[in-house]
Amino acid sequence: MLEFLAMGGYALFVWPAYGATVLVLGLAVVLPLRRHRQLTRELELIAIQHDQSQII
Amino acid sequence: MTPPQIDQPTGNRPRSIWARRFHQLGSPPFFYTLIEKLLPWVGALCALCFAAGLYGGLILAPTDYQQGESYRIIYIHVPAAWMSMFVYLILAISGGIGLIWRMKLAQAVARASAPIGAAYTFLALLTGSLWGKPMWGTWWIWDARLTSELVLLFLYLGYMALQSAIDDRRTAARAGAVLALVGVVNLPIIHFSVEWWSTLHQGPTVTKFDKPSIATSMLIPLLLMAIAFQLHYLVALFARVRAEILDSERRSAWVTKMVAPS
Repeated sequence: MLEFLAMGGYALFVWPAYGATVLVLGLAVVLPLRRHRQLTRELELIAIQHDQSQII
Repeated sequence: MTPPQIDQPTGNRPRSIWARRFHQLGSPPFFYTLIEKLLPWVGALCALCFAAGLYGGLILAPTDYQQGESYRIIYIHVPAAWMSMFVYLILAISGGIGLIWRMKLAQAVARASAPIGAAYTFLALLTGSLWGKPMWGTWWIWDARLTSELVLLFLYLGYMALQSAIDDRRTAARAGAVLALVGVVNLPIIHFSVEWWSTLHQGPTVTKFDKPSIATSMLIPLLLMAIAFQLHYLVALFARVRAEILDSERRSAWVTKMVAPS
């Protein structure tokens, strides 16, 4: 395991490269998913308020 | 939360099924529903390809006889670099389609692709730099391959700046499409830069007419990672386009109906 993590002495180059990739690729998916969820909630809230204002 | 079915555009002439499909693609609620259905499946497939590619690339593939373990950066560097160019091509093509036919889906794809493509370009440059330091002894040189890839990043950033600077979406889409189409010139320059100019960067390993100059046990994980990146693009694109549609169509009847309290 330690040998694997050492990457033959290139750990300082290999792991930051992989780390940055995981971070950037992850954000590229998570951020729009979160935006979609927030937007859905916002629109649903507006719809509920609109609904109630019509009852009164 | 399922969007209601919408009526198909009616014409007097009978349409073939393909013409109907094409017209459906022009309708936001249709591709919103399609994306909702596809997203989890493509996401699962993408995760599977990443798992297989990383296992093959980091654990199964042998050590390189010249570069030692440092070569393992190839499994993210090369797919990221391929994707940086592929996404740009999609940006230009969908921008062009949006320019000619004013198709909303094409414009949405172009707009959503730019930040994803910029992310791949950034990763290609960053991982290349991290690979260059131990192998070439420098983080960066102003040679043709690296410089043209940097120009690609600026093209993406320019496109994104243009989108956020112009408030009217249709005007922004048209202006962006023109920029994207002009920038296509850069793609062959990137690809052939290692042959046209002398450089530290190695020549093509896989994308050439000869047999790939890489061992099969190293090539298979690379191809798996390339597929994983392609699928990642689809996932990120779908997620972006979905949020984008909901935002821009928030006042339309189908969105109102979809979010209405039941």
